[in-house]
Amino acid sequence: MEGLVNQLPIGLSIGAVLLLIALGLTFTFGQMGVINMAHGEFIMAGAYTAYLLQDQPGGFLGSLVVAFVVAGLMGLILERLAIRHFYGRPLDTLLLTWGVSLVLQQAARDLFGAPNVQVASPSWLRGSLGILPYNRLFIMALAALSVVAIWLYLNRGAQGRRMRAVMQNRQLAAVMGINTGRVDQRTFFIGSGLAGIAGVALTLIGPVGPTLGTYYIVDAFLVVVAGGLGQLRGAVLAAVALGLLNSYAEFWTNASLAKVIVFAAIIGFLQYRPQGLFVLRSRALT
Amino acid sequence: MRGALAGRAIFVGVAVLALVVMPLLLEPFRLGLLAKYLCYAIVALGIGLAWGQGGMLTLGQGVFFGLGGYAMGMYLKLNDAGGDLPDFMVWSGVDRLPALWEPFRNPIFAIAAVLVVPAAVAVALGILVFRQRVRGAYFAILTQALAAAMVILLVGQQGLTGGTNGLTNFFDFFGHDVAAEETQRGLYIVVAVVLGVLYLAAWQLVRSRFGRLLLAVRDGEDRVRFLGYNPATVKTITFAISAAMAGIAGALFVPVVGIISPALLGVVPSLELVVAVAVGGRYTLAGAVLGAVVMGYAKTYFSEELPAAWLYLQGALFILVISLAPKGIVGLLRRRGHEFA
Amino acid sequence: MRGRIDEEGKSVGKFLAAIGVLVLALAGCAGQSSTSSGGTASGDTIKVGILHSLSGTMAISEVTVKNAELLAIEEINAAGGVLGKKIQPIVEDGASDWPTFAEKATKLIAQDHVATVFGGWTSASRKAMLPVFEKRKALLWYPVQYEGLESSPYIFYTGATTNQQIVPGLDYLKEQGKKKLFLVGSDYVFPRTANKIIKAYAAANGMEILGEEYTPLGHTEYSTLVNKIVEAKPDAVFNTLNGDSNVAFFKQLKSTGITAAQMPVMSVSVAEEEVTGIGVDNIAGQLVAWNYYQTTETPENQKFVAAFKAKYGAAKVTSDPMEAGYNAVYLWAEAVKKAGTAEVEAVKKAAGGIALARPEGLVTIDGENQHMYKTARIGVIQPDGQIKEVWNSGKPIKPDPYLKTYSWAGGLV
Repeated sequence: MEGLVNQLPIGLSIGAVLLLIALGLTFTFGQMGVINMAHGEFIMAGAYTAYLLQDQPGGFLGSLVVAFVVAGLMGLILERLAIRHFYGRPLDTLLLTWGVSLVLQQAARDLFGAPNVQVASPSWLRGSLGILPYNRLFIMALAALSVVAIWLYLNRGAQGRRMRAVMQNRQLAAVMGINTGRVDQRTFFIGSGLAGIAGVALTLIGPVGPTLGTYYIVDAFLVVVAGGLGQLRGAVLAAVALGLLNSYAEFWTNASLAKVIVFAAIIGFLQYRPQGLFVLRSRALT
Repeated sequence: MRGALAGRAIFVGVAVLALVVMPLLLEPFRLGLLAKYLCYAIVALGIGLAWGQGGMLTLGQGVFFGLGGYAMGMYLKLNDAGGDLPDFMVWSGVDRLPALWEPFRNPIFAIAAVLVVPAAVAVALGILVFRQRVRGAYFAILTQALAAAMVILLVGQQGLTGGTNGLTNFFDFFGHDVAAEETQRGLYIVVAVVLGVLYLAAWQLVRSRFGRLLLAVRDGEDRVRFLGYNPATVKTITFAISAAMAGIAGALFVPVVGIISPALLGVVPSLELVVAVAVGGRYTLAGAVLGAVVMGYAKTYFSEELPAAWLYLQGALFILVISLAPKGIVGLLRRRGHEFA
Repeated sequence: MRGRIDEEGKSVGKFLAAIGVLVLALAGCAGQSSTSSGGTASGDTIKVGILHSLSGTMAISEVTVKNAELLAIEEINAAGGVLGKKIQPIVEDGASDWPTFAEKATKLIAQDHVATVFGGWTSASRKAMLPVFEKRKALLWYPVQYEGLESSPYIFYTGATTNQQIVPGLDYLKEQGKKKLFLVGSDYVFPRTANKIIKAYAAANGMEILGEEYTPLGHTEYSTLVNKIVEAKPDAVFNTLNGDSNVAFFKQLKSTGITAAQMPVMSVSVAEEEVTGIGVDNIAGQLVAWNYYQTTETPENQKFVAAFKAKYGAAKVTSDPMEAGYNAVYLWAEAVKKAGTAEVEAVKKAAGGIALARPEGLVTIDGENQHMYKTARIGVIQPDGQIKEVWNSGKPIKPDPYLKTYSWAGGLV
């Protein structure tokens, strides 16, 4: 019984991890329709940032900021050099960014070596509250904080307003004088930066190695698909729901079956909501 | 008209090269590798049909490849075991043949399953997905997740599927020693002929009324719907055909390579085949086939000479092809030549 | 839109050239390899194959074994080689992909005509290679502990079989009074077979199995599993997780505050090289079962560790599979010397009974099942990342891949 109760916070914490890894994608995928397969490698870049900075004065919290910038810049470079040429061709970007992800993985292998590296968690995150360790609580807080920050950014400022405008109708926004290219750059910077933050958080609970990104990328996309493109609340709800489903499915069956159940649930769910939980209403014929 | 003639000439030329020159030129080990690439080329042909012609980017083609491969593998395993249990069941602690395996004693059932099971799964997925107008990127991600889920499912049922090891150690292939050189040579010819036949069939399909409808769906799904056609049906049928092709390829792959395992049908091998199609040229069937063979060769070559460079090269090639030559090798060749597909 | 198409046009020429170069390279490759074949073990060298994953997920582990094998070859060559000939290694990449292992094994045998192959790590790669070696009557030396229940006439197994690792691990836990076990493993053949053996052992020895859980390879989310363990309250956990999953498992177990003193975890796939990635903090104090540690006190080991560090860097560690790979080369060379030829059947015949002092202690080849007599050692992971031996079997244990001599294992095979 106690185990059953414990699964609730565990499910929420799995949801928080899913949310963190998927949050950036809801923007790059959601706003720009770019399937960025290199998103997982931006997460990896964040994790390696934490590895490199772990003995620096700023410590763990400092590395969150640096990782945001590092991954954000990587995203920006990718957007400038490649992706911007492929807007409106989502399948091409998917393949292109997969190529990028392969190159980044091998680069990490050459830079840091193939074995996993060690990132010590800061001393103030050691210990636990019941079944939930402090580091899980920290990840949940971090996810919540990211969501709030993004919400504020989107809804309380000129930049966010422009971003939403481009998301809803790119041509119309352009006609209204919004520099859509600049908005795209910003979106990509923020979306990729969020991946960097997720990477730092993941060093607390998982391995840090060149293949780190590949462990999370499929899950991240499923969250976005289930949540609806570019929908902040959709992503939050989908991540929490999938986290809970995963937690209880694994509790009652096993880890392998839980993954299959989650996938089946998503396919089933899309029967009712083909566009995900929330839909951006638009008259555009796509 | 001249284009069609040239196309025929090229097809005949390639057929002669594949069926006569290669078996004479290559030693058995290399010929076996070529047979493997041709198996991949069959999958690529299906991808070319679904993606190049139909606009459905399927990242889970490995699933169908695997279904075909396992169907063949199960038959071969039972055939080798005679009346006993297959070897892996013995060490997995299974003491009775699972009901799922029972019908695979019959070779005709197994061969039918190679075609029917992948097609049926594709139809089921197609009905679920296309009817809801899930398309483009969504479809790609769903098929990718399907590949991931399928691998986990296969690995988790060790007693039934051999787990990560997959099915391996085959001896007899319809009365021939599977390891013998003549058998392998014969298998190569079979694979090449099957590829040729499927290629011609796919070509006919693309040229037919249905093929034009498929193109129309790719380029303007809603317009096709407004004209009174049901795009979901067109897409589902095409997807099923491409799945059946992958199934055939999987079934041929098993005796050629001697193993089918979950690693062969996961996310990465599925993506690699899509890459191959993009490199060859997705808009023509010939490009898809060419891409699979070229990438297969490239992978073997680099893994023998410079293993570490392969990921860089594959990634870079990919980036280059998508950004500089979206029509692939065929697109480049065609700039000066005739249309041949 | 227009501009881009034009741009594309300009670069096409270059691209075409690049493709052309690639095609030429491929053609060259095909030509070259067909000419290089047919050369037998000629004159003053004996060719051997080394077949491990140099790329992909398994490269982390397998590259170190490859390095150890190359070191052994270098040492033997420096000492004059075998039968007056130098050993010439041909290294191939299995790419963490089982069919590739089978393909490269075929290449080494059929095209390069190697005298023997050292290679493999995962059970799946061995199972994929087995038919190749059996059908072509060639020899494979497999250097990793594995799940037993196999004895191919064309494979020598230089790692432990179950009665030299799993069973001693259980003996140790029993001796420590651990009666309730929880089994955690990756979802593949080794953990499943190991757990079958553990369950049979437990049933015969009055131990209780509270849970048996498998996670997919590469799984990184262990909070639910940890919760299941916490709820079951076992005395100890028997861990057969593989690779990166160990990192996630130990990090997440440790952060819930469970210590090695309260509930030890006995691992059979965590060696010296994995400790760094997991983080010493997260795993110090936990138990492992192997036949060799870097700290094992033999003169041969001092030499091995020193030579390895000299060749590959002072920061490198040595581990059980590396040592088993290193041994394999020496054992094969000894068998060749005894047989007076590198011919497969003669080497097989000569190999039985060969006994060598190796870094792990005395290793003897059992001619019957081609496994090794090996000493089992239980270790505790130290805060410096090294492993301290706390128990050993006293003498080398006779390999018994089918557990025929254990009455409780009767129903297993």
